[in-house]
Amino acid sequence: MTNSAPQDQAAKPENGIAGYLAGHLREYGLLFALIAIMVFFQIVTNGTLLKPVNITNLFLQNSYIIIMALGMLVVIVGGNIDLSVGSVMGFIGALAAVMIVNWEVPVGLTILACLVVGILIGAAQGYWVAYWKIPSFIVTLAGMLVFRGLSLWLLEGQSVGPFPKTFQLLSTGFVPDVFGVGRPNATALAVGIIAAGASVWMGLRKRARNKAYGIEDEPTAFFIARNVIVAGALLFVIYKLSTFRGLPNVLITMGILTIIYAFLTEQTTIGRRIYALGGNEKAAKLSGIPTERLTFLTFVNMGLLAALAGLIFAARLNTATPKAGFAVELDVIAAVFIGGASMSGGVGKIVGAVVGAFIMGVMNNGMSIMGIGIDYQQVIKGLVLLAAVIFDVYNKQKQG
Amino acid sequence: MQTLLEMRNITKTFPGVKALDNVNLKVAQGEIHALVGENGAGKSTLMKVLSGVYPQGSYDGEIHYDGQIAGFGGISDSEKLGIIIIHQELALVPLLSIAENLFVGNENAKGGIINWPETFRKTEALLKKVGLAEQPSAMVDSLGVGKQQLVEIAKALSKDVRLLILDEPTAALSESDSQALLDLLLELKEQGVTSIVISHKLNEVRRIADTITVIRDGATVSTLDAKKEPITEDRIVHDMVGRDMSARYPERERRAGDKLLEVQNWNVWHPEHATRQVIRDINFHVRAGEVVGIAGLMGAGRTELAMSLFGRSYGRNITGSVKLRGKDIDTSTVATAIRNGLAYVTEDRKELGLILEDSIQRNITLANLPDVAKSGVINEAEETKVAEQYRGAMRIRTPSVFQKVMNLSGGNQQKVVLSKWLFTGPEVLILDEPTRGIDVGAKFEIYGIINDLSAAGKGVLMISSEMPELLGMCDRVYVMNQGGFVGELSAEDASQERIMSLIVTE
Repeated sequence: MTNSAPQDQAAKPENGIAGYLAGHLREYGLLFALIAIMVFFQIVTNGTLLKPVNITNLFLQNSYIIIMALGMLVVIVGGNIDLSVGSVMGFIGALAAVMIVNWEVPVGLTILACLVVGILIGAAQGYWVAYWKIPSFIVTLAGMLVFRGLSLWLLEGQSVGPFPKTFQLLSTGFVPDVFGVGRPNATALAVGIIAAGASVWMGLRKRARNKAYGIEDEPTAFFIARNVIVAGALLFVIYKLSTFRGLPNVLITMGILTIIYAFLTEQTTIGRRIYALGGNEKAAKLSGIPTERLTFLTFVNMGLLAALAGLIFAARLNTATPKAGFAVELDVIAAVFIGGASMSGGVGKIVGAVVGAFIMGVMNNGMSIMGIGIDYQQVIKGLVLLAAVIFDVYNKQKQG
Repeated sequence: MQTLLEMRNITKTFPGVKALDNVNLKVAQGEIHALVGENGAGKSTLMKVLSGVYPQGSYDGEIHYDGQIAGFGGISDSEKLGIIIIHQELALVPLLSIAENLFVGNENAKGGIINWPETFRKTEALLKKVGLAEQPSAMVDSLGVGKQQLVEIAKALSKDVRLLILDEPTAALSESDSQALLDLLLELKEQGVTSIVISHKLNEVRRIADTITVIRDGATVSTLDAKKEPITEDRIVHDMVGRDMSARYPERERRAGDKLLEVQNWNVWHPEHATRQVIRDINFHVRAGEVVGIAGLMGAGRTELAMSLFGRSYGRNITGSVKLRGKDIDTSTVATAIRNGLAYVTEDRKELGLILEDSIQRNITLANLPDVAKSGVINEAEETKVAEQYRGAMRIRTPSVFQKVMNLSGGNQQKVVLSKWLFTGPEVLILDEPTRGIDVGAKFEIYGIINDLSAAGKGVLMISSEMPELLGMCDRVYVMNQGGFVGELSAEDASQERIMSLIVTE
C-alpha cells in the first residue's frame, strides 16, 4: 500500500470578517439587495415609494405572492415545483365568487369550502407526483391548464362580483385601534415594537446558544448592524403604516404564516425531513423517512396556500375575473429562487423566499410609479432573476 | 511474435491512494491476453489509462503501441489507433436501433445527412460477423444482455478495431451466451484482432487466453504464458491473493453469544425483470458479538441481499423470514426495520448514505430525529450534544459539527454514516463495503469501531470485496455467488484460496 499520510481535507473556515462575509454572502446579499432597491426607488420616485399609502399598497399587492411563496419554497426544497398555483388561485377566486354572489352561500362557509377544495387540488396533484413518480413539472403543468379552463367554465367567461363587505375585509380590512388613539395607530405601533423586540431577543438567544456550543460566530459588528437594520426597518415601516390606516389584515395573516412556516421548516422534524428529502431522496428513504408521504404533503400544503391566496386576491379586486392568477406562478417561483432556493432541492429558507417576493414586489411597484411600461418591467424582472441565480452558482463554484 | 502494445512502469495516483504502481503489461500481436486480479487491484484503472480516459500526463510511465510511443488525450485518440474498450456497464443507447447504436458518433453521413441504406447494409454485414441474427432496426432495449454485448463488439468492429479490450464481458451472461461470446473472441483472433480480456472466471480465462497477467494491489505480480505450459487455476488464485496479512487488523476477543439475527429462505426477484431471481434461498444467522462476513465478487448479489433485508429497499416478491432473538420481526419498510434493530451502512455513502449539502450534525441525527425532538420540535442544543458525542467517540476530524459533510475526507464521511446508524441504537449492523475508498489509517479506525460494536454485543454483518479484510475481521464468512450462498467457512478454515475456489468453481 501507499505511504502517503491520510489526508484530512476538512476545510477550515477562514477567520476574520472578510472570511465570514465570504461564507455568508448570499444571506447578507439578499438583505442588502432589498435595501438597495428600496433606496433606489425611493430616490427615483421622489419619495413616493415609502409614503404610508404606498407601503400599505405594497403589502396589499404582494400578499398573495408572499403567501404562495411560503408553500412554493417548501415544494422546491422538497425537490419539486408547482406550476399550477396561479391557475389554482384564479379557480378558487372564481369558486368563491360563484358561491357567494350567484349561489348566496354564507361567507364563512364559502371560505372554508374553498380552502378544502384547495387541499383537495393539492392532494390530487401530489398523489401523482409522490406515489406515481410523475415529474411535478408535468403534473402541475397539466394542473395549470385544467384549472385555468375550469375558472373560465365556472365564470362562463365573465367577471363575477362584487363581494359583500365581510368578504372584502379578508384583504382590504385593517386591524382596528384598540387603544382608540386613531392616528398614529397605537395598536400598530405596539405590534411593531413587540415584533422588533422579539426579533432582537431571538437573535440574542440564538447567539448565546451558538456561543455555548462553540458554533462559528457572526462577528459582533455584523450582528449589531444586522439587528439594527432589521428592527429599524420593521419599526420604520410600521410607523409609516400607523400614520395611514394602521395594520392591514393581510399583513397580520402574512406575518403569522411566515413565522409558522419559518418555525416548521427550521425547528421541526417534519421540516428537517423535507430538506433531507430534497437534498438526497435515496439517502432520506434509506434513513426511514417516508419520502412519498412527505412529497404528497408538500403539495397538499401548496394547494391550501394557493386557495388562501385566491381568496385574498379576489377580495382585494372585489371581483373574480377569468384572467385572475394568470402567470402568477412565475412571480412566485422567481421569488423563491431569488430568495436563494436551489432548483435541485434541499436548499432554501422561508425568510429568503419572503425577501425575494418583496424584491419583486418593490421592483413592480417602483417601476409602475416611475411609469415604466410593462414591457420593460418584464425584461428587468427577468434579468434580476437571472442575476440572482448566477450569483448563487458563482458563489458555489468559488467555494467548491 | 511481434509486440503490439507495451505499457511500461505505469503509475497512477489518486488523492491519497496509489492505484497503479509501476505496472508493466506486454501484449503480443494477435493474442488473447487475460488480465486477472481481485476487485480493486487496478485492472480497470490500467485499461482507463490505456484508452485515454485518464489522459496522458495524469499518470507516469510510457505506452508503446505498434512500435511507437503513444499518448492519448482522450478516448477518441485511442480509438483512432484502433484501441476499443467495452466496459462492464454497456454504453449503448437503449431506445435507439442496433444500426443507430453501431454508428452513433461515427455516422455514415455526408454534410450531416445520414445515408440510411448504407448504414443498414454495413450493419447487416457487422451483425453477420458477430453472429447476431437480428434486424438492424431492432431496438437495443429489446435485446438480452448477451446480444447487447455482441452489438458492442460489432460496434468495435465498425471502427476497424486492432486491440479490443473487454472488461468482464461474461459477468452478466448466461452459460450459453458466455460460450458463444468466447467462441467469437477466438474467431476474431483468427482474423487478426488482438484482445485484452478482464475476467474473474478462471475457467474461461484458461480456455481462451494465450497469456495471463496477474495484477494485485496496483502492481504486476506475474505474467504467465499459457501456450508453453498448462496453467492451473490454483496457480492463478495464488498469485491473485498471495499477500501477507500482518497487523492491519486490530485484535479482538472473539466470543459469540446467542443467535441474534436469523434469516430463513430469503428469496428476492429483480425489481424490473420479474422473472429474474436475484437472491435464492438464502439462510444465515448472526450471533451477538459476532462479526460475520459475506464474500463474493461484484454482481454476486450481496448488496441486493442487504438492501432487501433492510426495509425491502431492493427487489420485489420478497419471501422469507427475519428473526431477531428467535422472534419474527417486521422489516417491510425502512422505518420498521430501524425500529426493530437493524441498521444498514451503504456501500455508496455519497449517493445513498449522506445529505452532502447538510452538516455533520444534521446527518448524524437524520435517521433518529425523534430522539432529539419533543412533540416534533427539534431541540437543537440536544442535537448538537449528540453530534459532539459522536464526533469525539468516532474521532471525526472536523473543525465543527456544523461543517458540511461534502467537505470531509472519505474516511470521516464514513464515520459520519456510522455515527448516524449507531444513534438509531441498532442490534444488528449490516456494513456494506465499510472501508471502500478510504485510506489505510481510517480503515484501521473503522476496524476498531467494528470491534467495539462486537464487544458491546451487537451483531455485525460485513460485506466486503477485500478478502484480507474479511479474513482479518470476521468470525465466520459466507461465500456468495450468483445470488446464493455457496459455502460457509469459520475463521480457522477460511483462506483467500478457499474462498476464491468456492467462487470460481460454482
